[in-house]
Amino acid sequence: MNTQADPVPAEPAAADSEPDQVPAVEVRGVSKTFNPSGSNEVLALQDINLTVTAGDFVTLIGPSGCGKSTLLRLIAGLVDGSTGTLLVNGKSADQARLDRDYSMVFQKAGLFDWRNVSRNIELPLELMGWKAAERRQRSAEMLELVKLGEFAQHHPSQLSGGMAQRVAIARAMSFSPALLLMDEPFGALDEMTREHMQNELLRIWSDTQTTVIFVTHSISEAVFLSTKVAVMSPRPGRIAAVIDNELGTRGDSARDSPQFFANVSTLRKVLRSGEPQ
Amino acid sequence: MGWSRLRGSLRQVIVFTVFVILLMAGYTAYKAFGQALDDAQTDWAVVGSFLPRTDDLTMPSVFEIISGIFAEPRGLNETFGSIVLGEAVFTLREAAVGFAAGVVVGLAIAIVLSSSRLLERALVPYVIASQTIPLIAIAPIVVIWGRRNLEFLPWEWQDWMSVSLIATYLTFFPVAINGLRGLQSPAPQSLELMDSYAAGRRQTLWRLRLPSSLPYLFSAFKIAATASVVGAIVGEISAGVTGGLGRRILLEAQRYTTGPERLYVAVLCAAALGIFVFLTISLVEHSVLRRKGAEATL
Repeated sequence: MNTQADPVPAEPAAADSEPDQVPAVEVRGVSKTFNPSGSNEVLALQDINLTVTAGDFVTLIGPSGCGKSTLLRLIAGLVDGSTGTLLVNGKSADQARLDRDYSMVFQKAGLFDWRNVSRNIELPLELMGWKAAERRQRSAEMLELVKLGEFAQHHPSQLSGGMAQRVAIARAMSFSPALLLMDEPFGALDEMTREHMQNELLRIWSDTQTTVIFVTHSISEAVFLSTKVAVMSPRPGRIAAVIDNELGTRGDSARDSPQFFANVSTLRKVLRSGEPQ
Repeated sequence: MGWSRLRGSLRQVIVFTVFVILLMAGYTAYKAFGQALDDAQTDWAVVGSFLPRTDDLTMPSVFEIISGIFAEPRGLNETFGSIVLGEAVFTLREAAVGFAAGVVVGLAIAIVLSSSRLLERALVPYVIASQTIPLIAIAPIVVIWGRRNLEFLPWEWQDWMSVSLIATYLTFFPVAINGLRGLQSPAPQSLELMDSYAAGRRQTLWRLRLPSSLPYLFSAFKIAATASVVGAIVGEISAGVTGGLGRRILLEAQRYTTGPERLYVAVLCAAALGIFVFLTISLVEHSVLRRKGAEATL
C-alpha cells in the first residue's frame, strides 16, 4: 500500500496505461463554495485533484461534512458553480450527464413504487427511447446480473432493503454506462446484507469492466472494494491522500487476509492524521 | 374480486344499512320526545321550548317522507321519487361535465404553477381569492356571458352548460392546490435520479411528478366531485335553469307548507347524489392506486 501524504499532483494519465487514453474522470484544482458571498458562505471543497483511470474502483472516504457527496455530485454534473477543471470522459461534467456517460446509485434505492421491478429497471431505457421489446430483454438480463431473475413482476414494497438496492444497481447498469457513481449505496443496510452486496458489486464490477466511484464512510468497505482510496478531510473539504489499495486476491476470501487488516489499519491512520486538530 | 373482499363489501353494506336505520330511529325518537314535552302540561314543557320544533311541519315523520317518495303528484302518472331521480340525473350530468372540465383546468394550473417558484408565489393567492367570490354573484354573469359570447362553438350553448361552468369554478380549485402539492412531492433524490439520466422536463413530469401526485389528486377528486354537485345545484338555482335538483329544491322550498316531505325527499336525494359521486371516485382510486401499488389516502 503506497501512501501519498499530499494531494496527488495532476497527472494526465497513469504511467502504465495507454498514453492516449482519456481518464474516466479528471479533477484538477476544483473548489466549490455554497452560498457564495452570502452570510452563510461555506467552502465545501478546496483545490481537489483526482484522476480516475478507466476500470478503476475509487472510493471517496472521510467523515461527515468532508464534501465527498458534493464531489460526487460535481462529477455527476448535478451540482454546478465549481471552479477549476473537471472532465468526465474528456468532456465537461454536464455534457457527460447529457450524453449519459454515467449512472448513479444513491443511499436509498429510490425505486418508483408505481412500477414493478422490471419496469423500474427499464426507466432509463425508456428515457433514452429504447423499444419495448429491447427494454424488456435488457431488464431480464440485468435481473440475472443481480440474481433477482424471479422477481421481475414483484412490487418494490415486496423487496427487502438489499434486494431493492440490487434493483437500483440493475437500473443503473441497464444502459451499460462506462462510469458508475455510488453515494453510500449500502449505508442503510445491515452488516450481513452489506457484505453480501459488496461481494456482488465486486463481481459485477469485474464482469462489466465498469469504472466505479464510490462514496462511503466505512473503512473496511473502502479497503475491501477499492483499487484506490481517496481520503478526504473536512472544513474545508479536501483530499488529504490518495492510497493505492492492493489486496492480492479480490473477493470474499480477502476479508480474512492479513493484507486486508494491514490496509484497514493504514487507512485508519491516514484518516486520523487528516482530522482537524 | 376475491371472496374476502366480497365479504368485506357486504359487511360495509350491512353497516351502512344499520346506520341508516339507526338514524331514522333517532329522528323518530327525537320527534316523539319533543311531542311528548309539548303535550305534557308540566314545568318540563319549558325545556321543549329551547329545543328545535318537532311538529309535523318542521319534522315530517319518516313514514311521511317515505310516502312522499311514492306519492304521485296530481295530474301526473309518475311517482314523486322517480321525478326527483330524473332531475338528479340531469344535475349529475351537469356536475360530471363540470367536474371533468375542472380536473383539466385544475391540473393545467398545477402544472404551470409547479414549473417555477416565482409563478407559484405570484399566482397562488389569486387561485385562492377566486374561491372567495360568492357563487350566486358569478352565476348570472356566467349564464349571460355564455349565451352571448360562446356562439363560435360548434354546438349550441345551452344554459345547463353554464351550470357546468359554475361547477367547474368550484372543482378546479382543490385539484389545482392538491395537484401542486403532489407534483412537488417527489423526493429530491428521485429528482436527482431523473437529472442524472438527463431526463427532460416533460419526461420528469410524466414519469415521476404525475405518478407521485396521484394519491394527492384522488383526495382532491373526492372533494371536487362533491363540490361539483353543490356547484351544479347552486348554479341551477342562481342561473334559473329548470330540470334539475336545484330547481326542484327551490320549488319545494317555496311551497314547503303544503308538503314539507317533498323538500326532505329532494334534499336527501341531493345528499345521496353527493355520496354517490364520492363513492364512485373512491372506487376508481382504489383500483388505480392498487394497481400502482401506492397507499390510498382519503
